[in-house]
Amino acid sequence: MNASVTTPSEELIVPARRSWVRTFDHIGFIATILTAAGAVIWAFPLYWGLVTSLKPDADVVKGSIVLYPSPFTLEAYTHALFQTSMGVWYVNSLITSVATTIIVLIMAAGAGYAISQLNFPGRRILWWMILASFMVPIQALIVTHFVLLSQFHLINTLAGVVGPQLIAPVTVIIYKQFFDSVPRELREAAVVDGANEFQLLFRIYLPVNWGITTALAIITFIAAWNNFLWPFLAVTSQDKMNVTVGITQVYDAFGVHYARDLATAILGGLPVAVVYLIFQRRVTQAIMLSAGIKG
Amino acid sequence: MMLKSKRNELLAAAVLMAPFVIIYGVLFVYPTLRMVQLSFTNAPLIGDGKFVGLDNFIRLSRDRLFSTAVWDTIYFVLLSVIPSTIFGLIIALGVNRLKGWVQSVVLACFFLPYILPVSLVYRIWAWMLDKDFGIAQYAIAPFNGGVNISIFRTIPLFMPAVGLITVWWLIGFNVLLFIAGLRNISKELYEASALDGAGRWVQFTHITWPLIWPVTVLVLTIQFILQLKIFDQVYLFSDGGRADATMVMVQYIYKQAFQQNHGGLGAAASLVLFLVIVIFSVLQFQLLKTRGGEK
Repeated sequence: MNASVTTPSEELIVPARRSWVRTFDHIGFIATILTAAGAVIWAFPLYWGLVTSLKPDADVVKGSIVLYPSPFTLEAYTHALFQTSMGVWYVNSLITSVATTIIVLIMAAGAGYAISQLNFPGRRILWWMILASFMVPIQALIVTHFVLLSQFHLINTLAGVVGPQLIAPVTVIIYKQFFDSVPRELREAAVVDGANEFQLLFRIYLPVNWGITTALAIITFIAAWNNFLWPFLAVTSQDKMNVTVGITQVYDAFGVHYARDLATAILGGLPVAVVYLIFQRRVTQAIMLSAGIKG
Repeated sequence: MMLKSKRNELLAAAVLMAPFVIIYGVLFVYPTLRMVQLSFTNAPLIGDGKFVGLDNFIRLSRDRLFSTAVWDTIYFVLLSVIPSTIFGLIIALGVNRLKGWVQSVVLACFFLPYILPVSLVYRIWAWMLDKDFGIAQYAIAPFNGGVNISIFRTIPLFMPAVGLITVWWLIGFNVLLFIAGLRNISKELYEASALDGAGRWVQFTHITWPLIWPVTVLVLTIQFILQLKIFDQVYLFSDGGRADATMVMVQYIYKQAFQQNHGGLGAAASLVLFLVIVIFSVLQFQLLKTRGGEK
């Protein structure tokens, strides 16, 4: 948009003898080629993993570079889906990630609204606590989380996997900031009409910030799906494992099958890749918000 | 009337804050306090122990494995944070020049790995670098007299390799933040300086670099604190049962508490990690606050 505005004026100013530089920008061309080459290098490992997973076992270990699967087979994928516990792990991942997302959002929207819009004793202390908890590394709490959850007999349960993942102060902070910037007039008009605080939250503050809720839901889901450390510690029985844990902790008893290992891992990453490709703009917005940059 | 609405406000605040307060109390405040208490005992992972004063901390200071963990963590932070910041900026400069769908595709190539689970990243790179059939061995073997190398079992290569893979995995985040920063720089500055005859290099050193510096500081501090908490990749690539030649701090906590059943010692190591990260987070907070104050 800006370029189309500036081009005519640049043409007027650039001296005629330098015009060939403008018509063919050498440095710019090299920079573009390098960037494209970088993108290809970056994407290659993913492509190579995908291609390998579609090859028959004999081709995988042939020791020559064949950049496309020929012959092409889905054997590794059918094996992963039907001969391993992949289906169970998928269901476990889905349940724990969706539960984490829903609980985090309800908790964060409620707390964010109360701190942003209501006056109550302890409000400032709670806000400082949230800001402070932003700094605390959850990884330092693995020992005591394990002790705590085993006291409640929640080790090796899906609820135990969800628990410590509910600590998400950033979500509260983002909700509070967005609720702060909702115009006062909207609130006052609704109060005159007799709306109570819950109606205000669910009919005005949340709908006005629907985009933020979507963005936060998506990255909370992705983070929960990808989480490795806690699900890895909280679960040791195969039937309660998440996808990310299952695919690295359960090995094929009959030797190494590169294509099968890769196919299982690709299936494990597929849901988040699809979610990202569909909601690209929301994902990037949410990531920038959690880094403290208004998107 | 006034009093009733005040009471309603308090009631609403109590209801809205309740889920947050309960979850944070149980899963955050209590485990943090419990960690401090446990670090002064000789408790196993599950069960009670006796108060032993500073014994655990004295043991840590004398434990060679703990100093390995500290130094390897610092080494890993240097190996991942610095390259991912420098290359993140370079890639962002390249991507920012592109337009339309080309930009979207190129950006997606650099960003896609960031949203994938660590297990997939692990499988892909274990395959890329596989000693027998890894495609990267074609590039690596010539440096080793034509013999393939088992990268992850060669101690001096382990951390650099995991660091490089981490840069590949997470650079999308940095690129995203840098692009947001570059887009915030006014086009008029470049146009005005072009009129004054400034070349690309002068424009970069006098406009882009000073104005992108705050984003660079943000990226550096976020990555620094994030990478101090490294566990997943280092654990997965060391294949679980390897010797203790390479170890990072969270891995040390895991080993002491979960594998050796030394809950007290694990808690003490957790407390050290906790304090280190809180100190750096406070410094980061101050740094960003003074930066905000200058504006």
